[in-house]
Amino acid sequence: MSTVAAPERAPSGARPSRRPVGRWLSDHLVLLVGILVLLYIFVPIGYIFALSFNQPSGRSATAQFESFTWSNWTSLCEPEGLCDSLKLSFEVSLTATLLATVLGTLMAFALVRHSFRGRAASNLVIFLPMATPEVVMGSSLLAMFVSVGFDSVLGFVTIVIAHVLFCLSFVVVTVKARLVGMDARLEQAAMDLYANEWQTFRLVTLPLAMPGIVAAAMLSFSLSFDDFIVTNFTSGQSITFPLYIYGAKLKDFPPQLFAVGTLMFCISFVFVIGAELWRRRRGAAAGR
Amino acid sequence: MTSGLTTPLSGPAPVVDGETTKRRGWGWVLLVPGMLYLAVFFVFPTVQLFFTSLYDPSGSYEQGYAMTWHFANYVDAVKDTWNLFARSFAYAGIATVVCLALGYPLAYAIAFKAGAWKNFMLVLVIAPFFTSFLLRTLSWRTILSDQGPVTSLFQTVGVLPDDGRLLATPVAVIAGLIYNFMPFMTLPLYASLDKVDYRLVEAAGDLYSSPFTGFRKVTFPLSMPGVVSGTLLTFIPACGDYINAELLGTPKQYMVGNRIQSAFLTEHNYPLAASLSLILMAIVVVMVVVYVRRAGTEDLI
Repeated sequence: MSTVAAPERAPSGARPSRRPVGRWLSDHLVLLVGILVLLYIFVPIGYIFALSFNQPSGRSATAQFESFTWSNWTSLCEPEGLCDSLKLSFEVSLTATLLATVLGTLMAFALVRHSFRGRAASNLVIFLPMATPEVVMGSSLLAMFVSVGFDSVLGFVTIVIAHVLFCLSFVVVTVKARLVGMDARLEQAAMDLYANEWQTFRLVTLPLAMPGIVAAAMLSFSLSFDDFIVTNFTSGQSITFPLYIYGAKLKDFPPQLFAVGTLMFCISFVFVIGAELWRRRRGAAAGR
Repeated sequence: MTSGLTTPLSGPAPVVDGETTKRRGWGWVLLVPGMLYLAVFFVFPTVQLFFTSLYDPSGSYEQGYAMTWHFANYVDAVKDTWNLFARSFAYAGIATVVCLALGYPLAYAIAFKAGAWKNFMLVLVIAPFFTSFLLRTLSWRTILSDQGPVTSLFQTVGVLPDDGRLLATPVAVIAGLIYNFMPFMTLPLYASLDKVDYRLVEAAGDLYSSPFTGFRKVTFPLSMPGVVSGTLLTFIPACGDYINAELLGTPKQYMVGNRIQSAFLTEHNYPLAASLSLILMAIVVVMVVVYVRRAGTEDLI
């Protein structure tokens, strides 16, 4: 691009050819490293996928691939309690996600859109649960449930209470980030065009905030569905899917767990890609 | 508030520059349900945990505890477990640094190099969330096991001695932490890098800075908010984690989370568990505050 050599550079004769080469390398080096890291992320997932087709010689799943079979996939619910735990996990996660998203979105709106005394203190209280290690959160909740006599009802309700708690701060932060980045002039334009507050909110603010709210809900769902530590403290006798896996690792490990893991992966993957394609099509339609 | 007639003539133009208008009034009401929730299920249990930590340790789960303001619980807890604390923070610290080293190029590649593949690559980053955290950690256990491919590869290359092992070593535990918290590092990094105006980086290049200087002086400082939130989101859960230590390590690699968990759920030694929890929480909060101050991104929280 330029013929003037920068002072700290190598002799100028090498430059014109060196610079594009250097840039090509740095471009592709970063991409290459990124792809390697992605491959690393997929190592255990590939492993789970492969083992879902494994026929172990004993009853319990083993580490080595022995022979190919479809049977794990055709008998997903055969291991006792597996599908019940999945059902419980779904119920817990959906309930917790709904509650956390509603509460957290309201809080995010209050914090971004309104000024009042005690905003800083509120921000701190919202941040603290994120700075609390899960084991501390779980143990403090358990201590409280025990002391107020909830130990007999430990189960669905207490798990949901705990999950909403750790999802809430993530929802607030995610929705807040979206609201802060929003162009307030669009809402002002709506008001200028004689929309009232409610119409502005429903037709402009909410659609603009929606990607943040949806992202927050998806994050909540996956945090909740996958949580082990806090759930282990607050579940009593109930068994969610992560608790089921944990229990299975101690006894014999049903190979169907790998199939369920793979199935979960595929469903979420299709779901997310589908959502992305839908968003693109809608975006393209809106652009026209 | 109900008037819809905001004409352009009704006074000085409101805030522009993308700044949101802040309204006074009833807005704080929106905050009430959530704050009540946090008060009942977070603040209250934490205060109660504090009281639990001061119970007389001679009591038991069955007979109940007497409140004797027994501050010595803390001294005993630290005496017993300071090595667990040291190990937890060391493991979490190493894991965070490696996560940053791996996550940064990945986030950078997604933000600047992926082009049309950007969203697809992002999906791949969060893909581990799609299957269970425990299943993935158990897979690592077999992958890193003594007969597993990684161990034999390392032995062939000579990184490990022939009788060396990976599983049940600190390396395996830290590798597990790195793997499991990687998305928590990559996503905030990406969010920050994606906001960087690439023209600034090009401007640095036009002003004869080498790509490296451009990165060091322009891109990296601009991505600082992502670095701070990524490291926090990795470090905090990593120091309280006990699953990686339990599944990939042995009691020799146990972290403070393992001790809290067993004190609570198997020994029912509530005063000990509570004081350990509070010490852990206090150290984490202090570290976070110091770190955030230093990094100069206080508006983050």
